[in-house]
Amino acid sequence: MNGWSELDHFLRTDPRDVGCDQAMEMLHVYAELVAAGAPAEQQYPGIAAHLRACGPCGEDFAGLLAAVRGETD
Amino acid sequence: MLCNTATTPVNRMVDETPVTATGLDPESAWWLRVLAETGPSREAALARLHELLVRGARAEVRRRGPRVRIAGPELDDLACQAAADALMTITRKLGQFRGGSRFTTWAYKFVIFEVSGKIGRHFWRNPGVPLDAEDWDRLPDRFGFDPAREAEWRDLLGALYRAVDEVLTARQRVVFVAIVLNEVPLDTLVIELASNRNAIYKTLFDARRKLRSALVANGYIGDDSSRSS
Repeated sequence: MNGWSELDHFLRTDPRDVGCDQAMEMLHVYAELVAAGAPAEQQYPGIAAHLRACGPCGEDFAGLLAAVRGETD
Repeated sequence: MLCNTATTPVNRMVDETPVTATGLDPESAWWLRVLAETGPSREAALARLHELLVRGARAEVRRRGPRVRIAGPELDDLACQAAADALMTITRKLGQFRGGSRFTTWAYKFVIFEVSGKIGRHFWRNPGVPLDAEDWDRLPDRFGFDPAREAEWRDLLGALYRAVDEVLTARQRVVFVAIVLNEVPLDTLVIELASNRNAIYKTLFDARRKLRSALVANGYIGDDSSRSS
């Protein structure tokens, strides 16, 4: 990705983005759907949009997904 | 290093709201039932839950460790604190669990949040972190602009700079400068500004939207597609 597209990607916002509070409220449900291979993104498009855009929430999601998949063993 | 497994404070903070989750898997139902009891069975369940949380916290700090410049005993101490605090949160919020996932997934969520928050506070204590300096010379590197092609992007970044000045509120500018120019982690900025993650994210979200609109209006970025150089 070059500078133009990187900047454009950063500035682009998704109107479906639910924000941190709603995403965190449902993160356990979303993580289990993803871990099970279910269409989580179709079911919760606003959470998917948020997790793509918000670094800290995306990081929390990655950690929870790892835990769900048993990577804490 | 062993984490302290004392559970007395947790016992005093138990959420006594009746648990109303339905359709639970047997293991989740067991957790809810036994944690709502009193006596040795609850103590044993709390100890087991704490053990799970410590394991989850250690895995999470190991996963994040290389990127957050924390290592050794401090990392394990952070994991132990995160597990202990998560256990308190979970027992306090037990009545809010509505199912939708296994109980342990819901519980892990809180230990992940604790690890996040504690890493944010660690970064905040680091004296080398600039929060308000405005070094615009870092912006090209931040977005991967090729110095050899400066003639192509100089006008764009000039327009971005003007838009930051003209269309952002003072609060949006502070958040934009800290996160984008100074690469301060959002969770650290939350602490610095005595705010919360959702509010800071929303401020940055609005700033991004306004800056993009300004660049689109002035022809620097296409309305619906990325521009390539």
